[in-house]
Amino acid sequence: MTNAARSDSIVKGFALSSVFWLLIGLVVGLWLAAEMIYPVLNLTPWLAFGRLRVVHTNGLIFGFTLAGIFACSFYMLEKLTRTPLAFPGLAKAQLWLFNIAIALAALSLFAGMNTSKEYAELEWPLDIVVVVLWVMFAVNVMGTLVKRREKQMYVSLWFLIACVVTVAVVYILNNLAIPVSLTKSYSVYAGVNDANVQWWFGHNAVASVFTFPILAMFYYFLPKSTGLPIYSHRLSIIAFWSLVFGYLWTGAHHLMLTPVPEWIQTVALAFSLFLIAPSWASVINGFYTMNGNWEKMKSNYLVKFFILGITFYGLQTIQGPTQAIRALSGFLHYTEYIPGHVHMGTMGWVTMIITASMYFMMTRISGREIHSVKLANVHFWLILVGQLLFTVTLWIAGIVQGAMWKATNPDGSLMYTFLDSVAAMYPFWTVRLVGGLLYFAGIAVFAYNLYMTSRSKPGTESSTAAAAKAQAV
Amino acid sequence: MRFDSLYEKPVLFAIAAVVVISVGTLVTTFIPLFLPSTQPVSPLIKPYTAVETEGRDIYIREGCNNCHTQTVRPLRTEVARYGDYSKPEESAWDRPFLWGSRRTGPDLARVGGKYPDSWHYRHMPSPRSMFPASNMPPYPALAKAKLDTSLTAGKVKTLGYGYGEAEVVRQLAAFRQAVTATAYPSAQVRSQVTPAALQGEITELDALVAYLQKLGRDLKAAQTAVAGPVAAEAAESTNPYAGNRAAEEEGEKIFKENCRSCHGEKGAGGFGPKLATTTHKFGGSDAELFASVAGGRPGGMPTFLPQLGKDRVWKAVAYIRHLERENR
Repeated sequence: MTNAARSDSIVKGFALSSVFWLLIGLVVGLWLAAEMIYPVLNLTPWLAFGRLRVVHTNGLIFGFTLAGIFACSFYMLEKLTRTPLAFPGLAKAQLWLFNIAIALAALSLFAGMNTSKEYAELEWPLDIVVVVLWVMFAVNVMGTLVKRREKQMYVSLWFLIACVVTVAVVYILNNLAIPVSLTKSYSVYAGVNDANVQWWFGHNAVASVFTFPILAMFYYFLPKSTGLPIYSHRLSIIAFWSLVFGYLWTGAHHLMLTPVPEWIQTVALAFSLFLIAPSWASVINGFYTMNGNWEKMKSNYLVKFFILGITFYGLQTIQGPTQAIRALSGFLHYTEYIPGHVHMGTMGWVTMIITASMYFMMTRISGREIHSVKLANVHFWLILVGQLLFTVTLWIAGIVQGAMWKATNPDGSLMYTFLDSVAAMYPFWTVRLVGGLLYFAGIAVFAYNLYMTSRSKPGTESSTAAAAKAQAV
Repeated sequence: MRFDSLYEKPVLFAIAAVVVISVGTLVTTFIPLFLPSTQPVSPLIKPYTAVETEGRDIYIREGCNNCHTQTVRPLRTEVARYGDYSKPEESAWDRPFLWGSRRTGPDLARVGGKYPDSWHYRHMPSPRSMFPASNMPPYPALAKAKLDTSLTAGKVKTLGYGYGEAEVVRQLAAFRQAVTATAYPSAQVRSQVTPAALQGEITELDALVAYLQKLGRDLKAAQTAVAGPVAAEAAESTNPYAGNRAAEEEGEKIFKENCRSCHGEKGAGGFGPKLATTTHKFGGSDAELFASVAGGRPGGMPTFLPQLGKDRVWKAVAYIRHLERENR
């Protein structure tokens, strides 16, 4: 097997693994959305909401997103360094270990083995496996970079390096725990400190998994699929360093008005607002790249994924800092508004970019055109409409809920019981479920289209039809 | 060195990235680890008992923190709904912390002592039987599982609660005796949900209920010791709505939302005493009924004045009088 064929099979392996875990994670998500409305669906302890939610978040963060990152990173790494992967055998081993680890993670979380710390729920033996996987990844990234034939490192590689080091630091420090058995451990931090460390991790897991590598993909795959260079290198430099510097200060905006010292909350809030600038620098860089070539939104099926993706990133990075403001946090935190916010980022930004990047990579790897441009467009519109229905509904639901919690009678007593606020949510939860179903349908179309592209034979009808369009760039 | 060369040196670049992410980490996360303000201790807040520790681990295992917070914010309406806002000292023994991030269900930081154990024994296996609009999952399996105590001593040691294995054994035996005794105040409901084979054992539900009853209890006890029991506005003595038909109807609505789950349909009785009667446990005068509803009573009657306000408490009392008349 040649070097190129070997790397292609690794990229393809991670891409298909990613799609597999995406489908699983979404089915679990749909089940959860239905449980909110029909608690009878909590059929067994394994399927009860409290355990299932953790399977959903971990499955999609670690299964879908990380595998997507691995696939795209190995691909970009080789192209941007003009060098084959330093240790292809290690990458192959990483692919196998990764899928075993995610399967074990899902099973252990179903079984109730969890630490309760959000997005760090895995118990200590699996934490060690995650660290091993990350070291395997880092060795390949740094090894290939050191061996590279291209002198300058492109901006995508900076974000990739930032992802590698940030995940390592935050994951290890937040998961420090003392085991009492193979499946049970206790955090080394207590109370206020545990909360502060956890949300420093929680927020920077978002930074280093949902932001840095996704921006790396955006900065690489948008120019590649349009043939247009990124608008400003200087803007990339400013955006990169200020983003990476600013992110690590903001974790405590998840802890506004809690017993965490007020100065930590205020510093987190200030840096959250500051982060709007570097976030929007990337948005502007993306938009200006398209300057004068906006017709590609119509003529090139991939461009709309990237542009809508970066648009949702822009909205997300405005919404996040504003909801951290104390008065708004007092109103919106703990309501449905927050899941609404999170899902715009994950369903709008992360998934748009990863799925489009996979289409691009899969056509290059198979040396053929996409199975069906029409299906890719159906995929786009279903996930766009599904996501908007889902998120906008939850924002409204959150505002209703926050208002009901705060409503008082003229004598100062509370207008609604907590249960009133639950009862008011059912219509919103129903619409959210419908949004989720549309979104899932879009992803199912994507999975089919990607799979067919990965195995389609040359000269088929769909591939020739698409060839002209995509090759036109 | 020209800065441009940084983009040609991957190892140096990685080191630079670590330095850059370390600044915020150091200031907002690392240094605070050692500040007194993040690790306050109070002799008033006691560590968890052996059974409460196990109950807490069941709470973690079932992921209760995915729907319930345990931190009351210093906001007026929040304090009215849940009770006093959370203090840093209260989490001193919490590893991990369980403040949560989403309130699909209500905050639980002050749930300890709010209801009698029997309320939880009924609620946990079937929340909808008490609150038809609830979407909480039912947990009937907890009462059917014997509590595994094989790791308890090791857990308590790891958590540094300051008592040894002998004390763990003593606590477990004492707890088992207490919940399985016929004199246990919630014995009747417990026996309804617990299978015959486990009646004499500690179940997972027993441990979870013990943990829930601990939440906020120490702070409440300390505050009561200082300020005395919540005074239910002793000046209130006569119901402004006595015999007012419209107010009684409003009172019925208030009753259905707040009282029915314990006192039963039309006050026929449940875990809470029967109200459709003229002989009330804590006295049947206007002033006494007001005091019961507004300020709560020992044995499980929660305080309703902060949520409902004086006006609606009187309307609820008016409805109770209506029930009395219907059952005379």
